Order: sequence, then structure tokens, then C-alpha cells
Amino acid sequence: MNYSQKVLEHFVNPRNSGEMENPDAVGVSGSEKCGDITRIYLNIKNNIISEAKFQTFGCCAAIATSSVTTELLQGKTIEQAMQLTESDIVQALDGLPPDKMHCPAVAEQAVKSALSDYQAKHAKKGKLL
Amino acid sequence: MQTHSVYADYSATTPVSQEVLQAMLPYFTESFGNASSIYQIGRKNEAAILNARANIAQCLGADPKEIYFTSGGSESDNWAIKGAVDALKMQRKRHIITTAFEHHAVLNTCQFLENHGFEVTYLPVSSNGMVNPQDVEKAIRSDTAIVSVMCVNNEIGTIQPISQIGEICHEHSVLFHTDAVQAIGNIEIDVKQQNIDMLSISGHKFHAPKGIGVLYVRNGINISNLIHGGGQEMGKRAGTENTAGIVGISKALEIAVSHIAEKNERLTPFRNRLIEGLLQIKGTRLNGDRIQRVCNNVNISIEGIEGESLILLLDMQGIQASSGSACSAGSLEPSHVLTAIGLERESAHSSLRLTFGENFNETDLQYILKVVPECVEKLRNISPLWKGGQK
Repeated sequence: MNYSQKVLEHFVNPRNSGEMENPDAVGVSGSEKCGDITRIYLNIKNNIISEAKFQTFGCCAAIATSSVTTELLQGKTIEQAMQLTESDIVQALDGLPPDKMHCPAVAEQAVKSALSDYQAKHAKKGKLL
Repeated sequence: MQTHSVYADYSATTPVSQEVLQAMLPYFTESFGNASSIYQIGRKNEAAILNARANIAQCLGADPKEIYFTSGGSESDNWAIKGAVDALKMQRKRHIITTAFEHHAVLNTCQFLENHGFEVTYLPVSSNGMVNPQDVEKAIRSDTAIVSVMCVNNEIGTIQPISQIGEICHEHSVLFHTDAVQAIGNIEIDVKQQNIDMLSISGHKFHAPKGIGVLYVRNGINISNLIHGGGQEMGKRAGTENTAGIVGISKALEIAVSHIAEKNERLTPFRNRLIEGLLQIKGTRLNGDRIQRVCNNVNISIEGIEGESLILLLDMQGIQASSGSACSAGSLEPSHVLTAIGLERESAHSSLRLTFGENFNETDLQYILKVVPECVEKLRNISPLWKGGQK
């Protein structure tokens, strides 16, 4: 398995890892294929992601993918974050080995699930008001 | 900062020893002749092969005519099973018995034969990784051709009751094959005393090079050829002999079998302390029986972390080990051995196998016991599945 320097660097020094206290949104995704599980936490202020954190159970590629994803999310609007694709993540890691190309899908789904969690909460709030 | 290094993946492969290398070297250059040629350098090769065959036979309690050289453990397993069932198919023996936790060289051979009309029984194994001989007896049918059960499991190191299984097979006139790839140098093998009809060995697991193996086939047992061609190996396995490899595996086997007692005496206390030490980490379990296991195998599952990640972190600290995790093996399925002993997929993904060599020492032990908990903690800190040992 040949990982890029960028992947190894994120794996050894993951950014924004750990549980977030009182997040505005949480998204979870897993891969049935290899048993990876990723949780993405977001703090959102004025429609902008002010903080993103992650927890991942998975291989080196899964951890690096989550780490780089939280970096990509920082400062993005919800609409921009919705546009984040697997290929953006792969690019940010200088590529992934062919066997690991399912990892970015897990991260992307976790992000989408966090964002829809956020939107659902706010839609509810809107109705109540 | 990496301060020390330990290669702890001896069940994957071992380095060629100096003694073995020196014995082999002449056969690459000055004594390069083809053993089938009748001039001097050919005959010299023939003599070297003859010597090696006799030496290996002696190491295993066999007759030289019962020793065949192959390209390794996988070929030996393929040949034993495919060759035996092919030779017996005219007697309408179309049933094979094996176990759920064999090496893939046996399992995938059996699956291939299933696709060609044979029936295969995959016996379950107990939660501590043992095959029950009574299960073998119950599974034998009138059309059973062969039983194949490994001597020592390659992942969890459990030592199987081979001799009893062989006895049962013989009472029922069924052939008994065993994959002994992980047994050599760890436990005594005597094919006659242990009721073994066919036995597979791989050189690179005990300091011979990769690409050389042995299949022992008891006198009087006819198996069909797997590789057809010239008349080498008493007409049973074609191909110009790998003289250097043959000389190498002979030397390596001789050294391995003469050090079994010493190796066990030296490594068993290290193995036990390593198990005790690693089980101090919260949320860990030992895979495979604690007593009925080879002296150099430790296999644990560590809750909340994934094996490949741990292997890579350990490598960065100079420790080479392996895992039953799907990702570490380049497939997506977790270890069939660990699922066979009843582990959930998650625990199978979280396993760490350490298999150490003859020179393993106190410094290595202390280093592993320091580094593994550190790496585990690092990974657990970012894992959504680790709740500090609370369910």
C-alpha cells in the first residue's frame, strides 16, 4: 500500500480530531465494505462552518481522509460545504491507493449527514417560531 | 523518535540465515549445472539434491523417496489435495473435509474443487481456536477422500491435535494431509508417529529463501501430478530443480528441528509476558488458546481501533507486526480465522499479531510493551467506537 506523504502526514498528525462539546450538527457514516466509521461534528455561525472536528475508526486512509475533510470544511458556507466532493478530498490528499478510493465517500456522506442534521433542526425551529 | 526496532512478523516470513545462504551460494554460480545432465557439474547438483532429500526425510521421520520439492507451501497444499482427489475420483470418493480456519492455499483449493463437483465439509473450530478430532470423525463419510487440517494456525498460533486426527483418518481409511508451514521449528514433527500421510512445508518460514517448499507423501499413496513436463522428482513434479533452494531448505530445516527445545524454552516466557503485558491494556482479549499455542505467537484484539492503522503507527516506531484487519491484507474482508473463532467483524478488524524470532530479547519485549499502548491510545483518542472501556 503506497500512501502519499500527505496521507501519512495527516494520519500521524490528524487535524481537528476528537469529540466536540455541544456541536451544532453531527453526522455519522460508515462503510459496510471495510467497517470504517466516521463522525463529523460542526459548529456553524451565521451560515458559516466555524469549527469542524472528527472521530474515525478505520485505516490510515480513513483517518487521513477525515482529517483533511475537516480542514476543507473550515470557513465554508453550508452551501459550499454541500458541494464538497470525493474528488476534492482525494485531491487534497495528493491521491489515494486504488483499494482506498471508498474512504472519501464515507467522509463526504458524514459531512452531508451533518449538514442535513443541521438543516432539519433549523427547519423545526422555524416551524415552532 | 524511534529508538529501537523489532521485526515481529516471523509468521509472514523470515530472513535467510547466513549459514543457509553460504550453503546455497555455490549452486548459483560455479555449480550451476542442470541436475539432469550427466557431466560433472550436473552430477554434482544431482548429488546435492539427493543429500538434501535424505536430510529432510531424516528431519521429518520419513523416507527419502517420500520427499518432493515444490515452489512453496501453497503449491504443496494445492498438489496434495488436488492430486489426491484426482487419483481417487475413479473410486467415487468425492468428499473432502477441512476446517474453517485453514490457510487460503487449502481453503481456496477446496473451493475450486467444489466448483468441479466435489463436496467439502468445513469443520467449525472452538472459540479458543482448536479443532475437535471427534468432529472430524463425525464428518467422515464412505465417499470421503481426504481430510486436511493444519498443524498450527498461522494467525493465532494454536497447535492442533494432528496425531489424533491422523489416527481417526486411518481407522476410516481416509487420507490425512496437514499444512505444517507454521509448525516447523516450533513443534516436533514425525510423520510416521503422528499418522500423517501428506505434509506441506514452506522454506521461507524458517530461514530458507522464498520459492522453495516440500511435500511429503507417504509411500504407497498415489497422487496425480499438478505440474506436468519432464521426469524430475521421480516423475511426479516437472521442472528443472531449484538446487540452491533445495540445498537451502535442507540446511534450514536441519537447523530448525535441532533447536526446537531451545527455542521453546527461550521464547515461551517472553510470549507469556507479552500476553500478560498487552492484556493490561483495557478492552483487549487474547485470540487463540493460551497454552496450546506456538512459543512465538501473540494475537490480541484491541477494542476501538482498526488493525491497519495500528500496524502503520507501529512501523513508524520500528515495530513490524501484522493484523487480521481487512485493510491490512489488501482485501476488504476481515480475517476468516478470527471470524471462525467467533469474533465479531469489529474485533476481527482490531487484531494485532506479533510473531517473533529466535533472537527476541528483553529489550524487544520492553520496547513493544511501551510502544503498543502508546499507539493504541493515540488511535483510541480519535475513535468514535472507544468509550474508555464502558459499554
